[in-house]
Amino acid sequence: MAIELLIGAIKAIIVLVMVLQLSAILLWFERKGSALIQDRIGANRAALTGVGRRLGMPNLGFVNTLMADPLKLFTKEDFVPAGADKFLHAMAPFLAMFPVLITFAVVPFGDVLIIGNYHINLQAAHLNVAALYILATIGLGVYGVSLGGWASNNRWALLGGIRATAQMISYELAMGLAIVSMVMTYGTLDLQAMCHAQGGVWFGWLPRWGIFVQPVAFLLLLTAGMAESKRVPFDLPEGESELIAGYFTEYSGGKQAVFMLVDFAEIVLVSALITTFFFGGWQFPWLYPDGFHLPGGAFFALPNLAVAIIGIVSFTVKVVALCWLQILARWTLPRFRYDQLMRLGWKGLLPLALANVVATACVIVVGGV
Amino acid sequence: MPLWLFIFLAALSIISSLGVILQRHPVHSLLALVLTLIVIAVLFIGLGATTVGFLQMIVYAGAIMVLFLFVIWLLNLQSQPLEAGRLALKLIGALGSAALIAELLAFVLHLPAPLGHEHPVAPDYGSIGRLAQGLFSRYLIAFEITSILLLVGVIGGVALARRTAAGGAGGSM
Repeated sequence: MAIELLIGAIKAIIVLVMVLQLSAILLWFERKGSALIQDRIGANRAALTGVGRRLGMPNLGFVNTLMADPLKLFTKEDFVPAGADKFLHAMAPFLAMFPVLITFAVVPFGDVLIIGNYHINLQAAHLNVAALYILATIGLGVYGVSLGGWASNNRWALLGGIRATAQMISYELAMGLAIVSMVMTYGTLDLQAMCHAQGGVWFGWLPRWGIFVQPVAFLLLLTAGMAESKRVPFDLPEGESELIAGYFTEYSGGKQAVFMLVDFAEIVLVSALITTFFFGGWQFPWLYPDGFHLPGGAFFALPNLAVAIIGIVSFTVKVVALCWLQILARWTLPRFRYDQLMRLGWKGLLPLALANVVATACVIVVGGV
Repeated sequence: MPLWLFIFLAALSIISSLGVILQRHPVHSLLALVLTLIVIAVLFIGLGATTVGFLQMIVYAGAIMVLFLFVIWLLNLQSQPLEAGRLALKLIGALGSAALIAELLAFVLHLPAPLGHEHPVAPDYGSIGRLAQGLFSRYLIAFEITSILLLVGVIGGVALARRTAAGGAGGSM
């Protein structure tokens, strides 16, 4: 019993640390990536007292930026505007962070790892209604942003908060329906079971990944997920040219850093969900619990440990690739207008998502899948 | 669910629902209500009604309360002193709560089974499959009628919103 509790705690800590690390690294990723896209060098000024450069070492921009950015933010003055609701102003960043982080609890990051007598399911919390859990936690994510905007006692912040709430509610519908169509496809709400269902191949070579069955749902979830993370082209809630910085206009220092981290954690979350639903989660093409079965008929046996590690690496690589896709979209597309945003959500994505659910149901009933 | 967890959650739900009526600002009351609804959802989940618990969280804590927040902002409700309100309303409120307490007492005094006596339930009790089987077989007509009722409500809401937008100065945010 004690050992099982310990295993659970270790899994939870690993997931939490991985998510926060990846979110922080994405900040650097985004600065360097945007520089790459715009033909700049980007994030090259931070150096630890210039020692490395003087010694002729390569530029440690990655390490330095990762340290310098949070240090700068957390040592700045934590400003609370006059007339603000102090309690909610302090609570809001954490109300935004909390639902995003707890959602990762049900995302499986690997198959079963066998150590001694213990069969460890590589998923922080095994829940057989995980898809419902995801919808519940994502629904709670609205409060942090909207209350942050309201508690600041600033009209731009309030407008940003209202926009964020309206946008997140609108796109949650399409997101939920895309998840519903995936639940219908796999016939389960359990994410680990969904990953297992995506093992194996079609035609002897094509992995049984969800994207080949439900490409429309993939596009829906990607679009709605990007809208949920409130970044360009869906960054109306924080549109600099209209609202200064929207709901976090009046935030500085550590709280501002938490709001920024929420943005990146949401990118990671969307990527992790898309990986789980559409790219087989931890599945690696042609890898089975006993080893590789290549399309030609060749077989390489692998121990359980190697299979588990390949699974975790495979999941991580897919998540990072999807994060990169989202950053690429953020630096490529211009911002939507507010009416375009609402039209896309309600007249574009929602009917498409409903049609997709109906089509999926028809195929399941007629095809008897 | 262990007894200590139940007592903790029950106490938390009572404290947060007291917060709903004792806070001065509507937004604070609303947050206390969100907390109450989440705690009740956790109680549902702890008692084995997993699906109902998560639906409670999605529908009430996630969706309906956000609409409440919108209404509070749109009407620009400010802090109210606790003694505000008409005497008649207070009397009606007191009578209503007295009736509720009486009902609760009557229920507790005539429990179908004595407290501490546990009924065994099926292992898949409260699971989504069990719920769906009930909804789509035994209670199909009630389910369909409810969905038609909701559909009528949605269409009515859209119709009312359209009429005001056409008549007055309709606009978006």
